[in-house]
Amino acid sequence: MEKELIIETIDMKKVYGEGEGQVVALDGVSIKICRGEFVAIIGPSGSGKSTLMNILACLDRPTEGKYILAGEDVSGYSRKELAQIRSRELGFVFQSFNLLPRATALENVILPTIYRRENRINQKEQVEAAMSALENVGLRDRTDHLPSELSGGQQQRVAIARALINNPILLLADEPTGNLDSRSSKEIIQLLIDLHYQGHTVVVVTHDMGVAHHTERMLMLQDGKLSSDQKNGEAMLSQAIQEVPRGIVEKGVIQ
Amino acid sequence: MNIREIFNSAWKSLLSNKLRSLLTMLGVIIGVAAVIVMIAVSAGTEATISESINALGTNLLFISDAISRAGPGGGPQNSRGGLTYNDVTAIREQIKGVAGVSVEQQASETLKYGNTTLSSVSIVGTTPDYTTVRNVSVGSGRWFTADEQTRSVKVVILGTDIAKELFGNADPIGQTIIASNTQLAVIGVLAPKGLAGGTDFDKQIYTPISVVFKKFTPSMFARIMGDRVRTIFVSVDTNADMSHVSQQISILLAKRHNVSLTSLDFNIRTQEDIISTQESTTSSFRTLLAWVAGVSLIVGGIGIMNIMLVSVTERTREIGLRQAVGATPGDIQVQFLSEALMLSLIGGLLGVLGGVGGSEMFGQLSSMRTVIMPYSIVLSFSSAALIGIFFGYIPANKAAQLDPIVALRHE
Repeated sequence: MEKELIIETIDMKKVYGEGEGQVVALDGVSIKICRGEFVAIIGPSGSGKSTLMNILACLDRPTEGKYILAGEDVSGYSRKELAQIRSRELGFVFQSFNLLPRATALENVILPTIYRRENRINQKEQVEAAMSALENVGLRDRTDHLPSELSGGQQQRVAIARALINNPILLLADEPTGNLDSRSSKEIIQLLIDLHYQGHTVVVVTHDMGVAHHTERMLMLQDGKLSSDQKNGEAMLSQAIQEVPRGIVEKGVIQ
Repeated sequence: MNIREIFNSAWKSLLSNKLRSLLTMLGVIIGVAAVIVMIAVSAGTEATISESINALGTNLLFISDAISRAGPGGGPQNSRGGLTYNDVTAIREQIKGVAGVSVEQQASETLKYGNTTLSSVSIVGTTPDYTTVRNVSVGSGRWFTADEQTRSVKVVILGTDIAKELFGNADPIGQTIIASNTQLAVIGVLAPKGLAGGTDFDKQIYTPISVVFKKFTPSMFARIMGDRVRTIFVSVDTNADMSHVSQQISILLAKRHNVSLTSLDFNIRTQEDIISTQESTTSSFRTLLAWVAGVSLIVGGIGIMNIMLVSVTERTREIGLRQAVGATPGDIQVQFLSEALMLSLIGGLLGVLGGVGGSEMFGQLSSMRTVIMPYSIVLSFSSAALIGIFFGYIPANKAAQLDPIVALRHE
């Protein structure tokens, strides 16, 4: 039996500006991601991966083409509808954590629940859900700490707990280890792997191959197009093959 | 978001910047307090005026000269007319339903008794009806009679304060005091009445008006024209119809002054007329004060808007984050609007406390009377709320319109 599709984009384009100054950020991207997958989107800066991330995150809309999230075509949704989709279906992890500085870890984790429209839960249930989410990321004993009293790795784990509290069908992480030292990075990567094994669908946008190679599948973007879509082993190899010759060409070794 | 969450979020945000929140509220606090205090002051003034007019006596008609206001720019007095003392006698004798007619002619003289000298004491020359008309009573001794008035007998009734200052605890009745160069025999002392209608009855002395005309304010015209008076007070019998009496007086005086009923050289007004005239003066004064206070309230509102705009800019990332985790533009708008509203409501509440306290204090510390009007509290507090919504709207809208992608990238 085929697995349920979570993300499906059909010939998706994103164009910024008009006329002469037009910039094509995405030029016909079609991808499919199924439930339970652990996917990395990689690519050099300017490849359009941030734009793709924003659209997948329902923060932006494609100019052309379709984006179908869990069977729902969200390409033409209004800002309000997109906000509701984000609330219901998505969880975010950012490079810079984005915790509210004056709220405790617990309050930060609770935040998404107050914007829920459906299946609203009361204050007690909010706290219980946040406690269990914090337990899931190993921060049960840090609930009353302010972000400034937590290490970078701990802050990112709070952010992950926040992303999970509404039971999203998709967890999106944008350079989740970008602001972390290598030890914390490893912890966060391990946490994402654990979440993947728990059955979460996880998409990581990164330029860090160290992160990408822990995923099952790599989507590589270049110049607004999908340049490769490979299972992990092949991806590594392909990356090596592509990167090396280009480096040589750029340095003028091979004409 | 439910109400509790909206409230919590706004409350936390205000608490996180206590000093700033307080300073922002200050404009509203001052505005609301100013509205309440100003209305209390003008209401107090009005109350004082109407009380003092009522304190003149009951069922009174006031007849006054219209001539001084007749000519352009206040013009010169018409030498022909004006109210005279003889009009007083005519009204008393010819109009039915009149309980008393009194008139006053004042002078200011130095009083002497033994070694005691009091300067600038008001001498009120009046008629035997004065006690009825002005609602005063004699404490000891007696008031002068019509006969004494006609014969210009030099008798005097003292206000209690004057009696005390001149005689101490001794009995003044039967003694003689000297006003200027005139000897006056004390025949009575007023019962204490105090301040009414802006006059302290206890600090005046009272003699027959004929004595004042002759001794203290002699006039060349008086011999030909009769003694001129400014205001005649007519106390109407409680059973008589005020407007009928007023009409009869008009007809009588018009005939006496030889003027037509359409161009009278005098005015007849009731206490109500005078109160309403005074009220129209004070109400325009009050409107002016209310506008000044209202402007300060608006300035307070602009202060709120200003700080909310700063707050939106400062918290751009937070707004982006809230949008990312599911806040709709409407949620963001409500959040900022509720913060502005909370600022203005707390400010309004403190302003009400300040206004009520300030009015009380103002009344205690100054000679002005203040009356706190309940409507001023409702008015100022609800204006504060409206101002919060009105001036909170622009910043809230700005926050709601932020693009989450841009907001999240904001440094």
